[in-house]
Formats: sequence, C-alpha cells, structure tokens
Amino acid sequence: MDFTLKIWRQDGPEAKGKFVTYQIKNISHDCSFLEMLDQLNEQLVDKIEKPVCFDHDCREGICGMCSLYINGRPHGNDSGITTCQLHMRKFKDGDTIVIEPWRAKAFPIIKDLVVSRTAFDKIIQEGGYVSINTGGVPDGNAIAISKVDSDLAMDAAQCIGCGACVAACKNASAMLFVSAKVSQFALLPQGKPEAKERVEKMVAKMDELGFGNCTNTGACEAECPKEIKLTNIARLNREFYAAKLS
Amino acid sequence: MSNIFCSSIGKKLLMSLAGIFLCVFLLVHLGINLMLLRNDGGEVFKLCVEFMTTNILIKIVEPVLFLAFLIHMIWAAILQVQNWMARPSKYAVTNHSQSSFFSKYMIHTGIIIFAFLVLHFVNFYFVKLGLTSPAQGVNPVEGEHDFYNMAINLFTQPVYSVIYIAFFIFLGFHFNHAFQSAFQTFGLNHKKYTPAIKFIGLAYSILVPAGFAIIPIYFMFFWK
Repeated sequence: MDFTLKIWRQDGPEAKGKFVTYQIKNISHDCSFLEMLDQLNEQLVDKIEKPVCFDHDCREGICGMCSLYINGRPHGNDSGITTCQLHMRKFKDGDTIVIEPWRAKAFPIIKDLVVSRTAFDKIIQEGGYVSINTGGVPDGNAIAISKVDSDLAMDAAQCIGCGACVAACKNASAMLFVSAKVSQFALLPQGKPEAKERVEKMVAKMDELGFGNCTNTGACEAECPKEIKLTNIARLNREFYAAKLS
Repeated sequence: MSNIFCSSIGKKLLMSLAGIFLCVFLLVHLGINLMLLRNDGGEVFKLCVEFMTTNILIKIVEPVLFLAFLIHMIWAAILQVQNWMARPSKYAVTNHSQSSFFSKYMIHTGIIIFAFLVLHFVNFYFVKLGLTSPAQGVNPVEGEHDFYNMAINLFTQPVYSVIYIAFFIFLGFHFNHAFQSAFQTFGLNHKKYTPAIKFIGLAYSILVPAGFAIIPIYFMFFWK
C-alpha cells in the first residue's frame, strides 16, 4: 500500500510548526500505524533528515502513551483502540493521511507530534489516589462490594490517560478523564474517606490548568480507546455537588 | 473550599438551572399564545394577559425570569470564551468524532435566539414599558396595551411571520441538545430514566416550537 502523509512538524514548544508532506510506499496492510511511522523514520534517517517525533511505549493499547490526531479523529478511524492498535488495512491504498498532535492549551506541543500531558499528572496529584498504610494483604472478603459497583469501578479504572477525550472535545475539556479517575474510587468503600476532598481538588486543578468546559457533546465517549462512558461525568457532577453542599 | 459557582461545573449548573426555568416559562407563554387561536375576538387571550400583567405572584416571578435570561446568556458567554481559549490552535482537519449534531452549534443558535429576543422585546415588552410605540391603530384604548391586536398586526405580516417561524426552528435545535444536556449537568444520568429524559427533550424541542409556529401560520392563511 502507498500513502501520502501530511505530518505536523514543529522543532520545539516555541517554534512555528507546519505540515510537511511525505510519500511512503510498499506498506503491508498488516502493518500497524506506528510501524508505518517507524518505516518513514528509517527512510528519513537514511536521507539524513530529522525523524518524526511521536509518543509510544507498550504498543499493545494499555499504556496510554501513543496519541495522534489522524484524519480528524484521535487514535484514527476506528473505535475502542489506541493509535498503536490501528492497522493500515483501515485505510485505502493511495490515501492521504493527515497526522496532527493533540491540540489543547493544557497539552502544549513539545516537538512534532509529541505533546506534554503533564496536566493529567497534576490532576492526579490532587487526589487521584487512595492514601493507605500498606501492611499485610487484607482478606479478600473483608469488605463486601457489590458486583455492580465493582464492575463500574473497574470500567472507570480502564482509563489510560491518553488524552483522546481532550483531543476530541470541541472545548478541549478533560471531564471524561477526571470523571473516570473520580468514579473508580467513588464507587468503592476504600475511596469514600477522601471522596469530598478528592473531587473538589481535582476539579479545581482541572479548571486551573485551562481545560475547557464540558458541553455534553459526547465526542469524548465516542473516541475513548477504553470506552469510558458519559455516565461517569454525571457521577462526577453528583460527587462534586455532594462535596460542595456537605 | 472555594464557592461552588466559581468552578466550571458550578457555572454549568447555574446555566442549566436557568435554562430549565426558561423552558418552564416558555410552556406558560405557549399556553397563553395558543389562546390567540380561539375565535372569540381575543377575549380569553386578553384575560390571560391581564392576569400576567397584574397578578402579584407573576410580578414576583418576573424579575426572576429576567435574572434567568441574564444568567443563562452571561454564563454561556463566559463558558464559551473559556472553551475557545482552551484550544488556541485549531486542527487542520475538521473533527469527525461522532457527537450530538446540535451540541456543536449551541452558541450559534443561542445568538439567533438572543437576536429574536431583542426584536420580541421591541415589539411587545418595550411597548408595555412605554419605550417603543405600537403599530398604528393597534392601541385604541388609552392606557391599555392591546397585545391581541399587536400580535395579529405582526402575524399578518409575512416577513415577520417567516422570521418568527425560522426563529422557532432554531430554538428547537437549541432545545434538542439543551434539555437532556441540563439533566446530565445535574448529574442525572440513569440507564432507565435517561432515554425517557432524551425523549421528553426531543418531544419538547419539536412540539413547543411547532405550537408557537402554528399561530402565525393560522393568521397568515386561515384568519379572516
């Protein structure tokens, strides 16, 4: 398969970026999107040109490192997957593929397609954890948790913090991310003692970092590689009101 | 902890509460307007108008209504500006993510609604306040505001009626997303009840604008 790639190139955070067009040939349809970019980079290195910088790590859809806004969609033209799981068979031979970085004030570009998602770490630092004194392993049945709640908590805990929700949202809102991180604890007894402080501080940090406001468009849910549901945002709202009114 | 209404969620809550209040108000407004269709020379309509302009309860609610309009518009503007600022550099390729169609154009439909509201105020409310004068021959009794003849005068003008109907189509687009979105903002999202809320929102966004639009259609084509 042959492709024309239009890739955003930007030397650094303050540099002016632009699209550069590359031609790439003889790509296997079984090749992953990132492997295709690897091949492009090998060609660029052979020509003593700067390779395209892009984030990646596990390449099996669980680490949340890969990003890329491909032809108008975060993680490309498929559902429930990250860019590393996107395969070239999803495109047609001869397609032009436009590749952009996540664009949000809170996710500044570091280089080319790499953005800083430190903003998410800062939100987590505000309370996206449970403070516990570690010790011996507790008995598995010591705290009874309903199957419904444990399933919902585990669904929310699937969020890998890739930032596709922010990238897809027309307002660059981080509500889906924050709602998943609040929900995974709000649903479990272990998360209750710090619930009030957690939701207040995480929302305050989200606002402070310059993310937009959620207008319930649903684009985040549609693009989330872990299929985090909008019901989590409603839960975040409920948790927030309960915390503020208590 | 900081005040609830300083946060993004709090601002949206305030805006949603104001929005739902306006939805309820519009139902009352529609109920009264539909009285124009009665073939009684405006007798019942005038009684309703008299009740709305003199009743003490309505007089108390009136400032709340204006406050709701102001809150809804000002907070919408604040949130929208913040949203634009949250993405200073735009994508080269338009977003193709699957999302609710009308949700993308809330600020646009909102501005159209605001423009019509200004026109509506000039035509009716400002006349009541004495800031603008009604059309010629519409106010035969000194000191009384003949809203019945003012309405008929406007609805028999094709240009005004077309603008009026077009406005309600945009209002329907606005409601289509706004109603169910408000409940999501309230934190009310439930497997069983959310589909019902969405259905009510859809029904409201079609039936209420249709109810208002019937009136100029009646006066343009069927009124003698």
